[in-house]
Amino acid sequence: MVTCINDALFPGTGASVVRLLRRLGVDAEFPEAQTCCGQPMVNTGYLDEAVPLVRNYVDAFETYDAVVTPSGSCAGSVRHQHGMVARRAGDPGLERAVTGTSARVHELSEFLVDVLGVTDVGAYFPHRVTYHPTCHSLRMLGVGDRPRQLLEAVRGLRLTELPNAEECCGFGGTFAVKNSDTSVAMGADKARHVRSTGAEVLVAGDSSCLMHIGGLLSRQRSGVRVMHLADVLAATEDAP
Amino acid sequence: MTGTFVGMPAFPAAARDALADTQLRHNLAHATATIRGKRAAVVGEVEHWEALRLAGAAVKERALHGLEDHLVRLEESLVARGAQVHWARDAAEANALVADVARRHGADEVVKVKSMATQEIGLNEALAAEGIAAWETDLAEMIVQLGDDLPSHILVPAIHRNRAEIREIFLRRMADVGRPAPADLTDEPAVLAAAAREHLREKFLRAKVGVSGANFAVADTGTLVVVESEGNGRMCLTLPEVLVTVVGIEKVVPTWAELDPLLRLLPRSSTGERMNPYTSTWTGVTPDDGPQEVHVVLLDNGRTRALADEVGRQALRCIRCSACLNVCPVYERVGGHAYGSVYPGPIGAILNPLLHGIGEGTGDPQSRSQVESLPYASSLCGACFEVCPVRIDIPEVLVHLRSKVVDAHRGDRVPKPEALAMRAAAHTLADAKRLGRAERLAGRVGRLVGRRGTTPRLPGPGAGWTDARDLPTPARESFRGWWRRTGGRLDGGENDG
Ligand code: SF4
Repeated sequence: MVTCINDALFPGTGASVVRLLRRLGVDAEFPEAQTCCGQPMVNTGYLDEAVPLVRNYVDAFETYDAVVTPSGSCAGSVRHQHGMVARRAGDPGLERAVTGTSARVHELSEFLVDVLGVTDVGAYFPHRVTYHPTCHSLRMLGVGDRPRQLLEAVRGLRLTELPNAEECCGFGGTFAVKNSDTSVAMGADKARHVRSTGAEVLVAGDSSCLMHIGGLLSRQRSGVRVMHLADVLAATEDAP
Repeated sequence: MTGTFVGMPAFPAAARDALADTQLRHNLAHATATIRGKRAAVVGEVEHWEALRLAGAAVKERALHGLEDHLVRLEESLVARGAQVHWARDAAEANALVADVARRHGADEVVKVKSMATQEIGLNEALAAEGIAAWETDLAEMIVQLGDDLPSHILVPAIHRNRAEIREIFLRRMADVGRPAPADLTDEPAVLAAAAREHLREKFLRAKVGVSGANFAVADTGTLVVVESEGNGRMCLTLPEVLVTVVGIEKVVPTWAELDPLLRLLPRSSTGERMNPYTSTWTGVTPDDGPQEVHVVLLDNGRTRALADEVGRQALRCIRCSACLNVCPVYERVGGHAYGSVYPGPIGAILNPLLHGIGEGTGDPQSRSQVESLPYASSLCGACFEVCPVRIDIPEVLVHLRSKVVDAHRGDRVPKPEALAMRAAAHTLADAKRLGRAERLAGRVGRLVGRRGTTPRLPGPGAGWTDARDLPTPARESFRGWWRRTGGRLDGGENDG
């Protein structure tokens, strides 16, 4: 599953996932019928509006063994919110289908570590990096230190500790616009912590959080780049 | 600031003002970080914390299930032990009951131990209107009262104040309402506490009527429980001749034994202490010992409405420990006043709308929009759920309440711009072909407007993003477009993202 934000704004991350999975011998496909998990609607309270998206989602992924997504937030939405949407729609068939897909969806680091059983994915990334564990990966999914295990195995990569790492960056979907002042205040503190590490690159497992923190870092002309975990893991000496 | 939350603006506007107050942000960040650290340390000492949380949640769940029976049992036990029990449907009824007791005893003042329930119903203001002064005796609560301020935290109502501000408030106001502060008052915590003690002692010894809340009420024995750190509560509960306790109906637990997990969870979660210094329990009237007339007001004020909400009712498990406030990044930045209620932070964001009701036509348009703004006052990061000792899934309830806000406006003659945008987005996103077309269009627009990969500042609601943050321009070619063109072949047709 390529998230809607990756699809439209950061297509390179989608390609990184494909490249990484193929390098690890996984037959990765992009079912073109997929669109969006519906989280933006659900989290803003538009549950009825999310029903066709959930339906489209289960149809698109029905026939696959595993669904991998470079987003803790979207994986969390499929696992924890699709059922709620289906129940509200009063459609038992949809509910059954949702239970099926929920069990097969994996956030990228979960898939690599738990399903493939690898932590060294053969990546090479010679930079100073700090890692932000996004809220939904951390609390909704409980991915724990899997992303760190993966990063620590990357050759050339120097990982520095991010102060207050577990605190929310303030993105929160439509929260970023509806409560933009508070969102920016939270993001500004996160950006300050990122800068304090002296890292060249901030890595996280969710493009939406990176877009928010990156938007602040870029406005501040900080020089710190933001990158998705998938992009770092996909990098090798031949294809940096 | 006036003494009431009524008429507060909606959350985003209130938050904006609070964010501009750098002293406030500094005070809050410092105080919450300190309590967070203490809590984490003492919670870490408990080997089976998770099991204890489950036990606490189960006790409260059982108490809410069959609430009616437990309350009837509570009333029987209390009456049997000489207390008088009153039922109050709403704030007005509860306030009238308390005022009536005070009037019958000719009291023109009462001493109070910190009680959220009485603040929720605006008891102090209601008593003042009857010519009765209500003195807060909890230290932080007294600071708030003397400062003509509003509480901003469940446990530390004056968390937004620092020591220098407190010293100034004492010097300026104590003389007006009783024993003045000593002229050489410093901002040492011990010196401030001593001044408060002197000031309060006079009031404790004079008051005929005491008013309290309760953390728990045990149905089986008719026992009320107050958990505190200062001992002032104990003074309020034992010195006056008459005691009135206002307690929310959700505070009942069926049996004494069920207090066990709750009394273990509460202090560690709230003050970061292994055990709180004072736990007072009292059961009706004891001849020649303590108050000889005891009243208990069982307060509904929206609680049965909250109970009727299948998803939201878990909020009534809350034991008011305030752990969720101390970990909430939104609360840390904007403080408690922005929530427009005595219940701030994550729990306030769900409890207030549950008590008031969303879309039930209550209140004026301003208070309606204030209540409806609260479920959105969260980034849904989940830190509150993680620390809640009774496992209230606050993010789940927030999303549920957001859907109630949306549903309440489905019949509006003029839909909100947000609703139109969401519907349009959902329509585009529900079908891959429509999405593909939209992405190609966005890619073309992006190429026209984007310099150095960022979108220029946007007008309208988009300004909420671009005023302070850069926004990446839509990619020239979406992932979908690239996959379609190359069939996902990574050689050659590599996507340039
Ligand atoms: S919701 Fe939970 S964490 Fe928050 S005050 Fe209530 S019991 Fe404490």
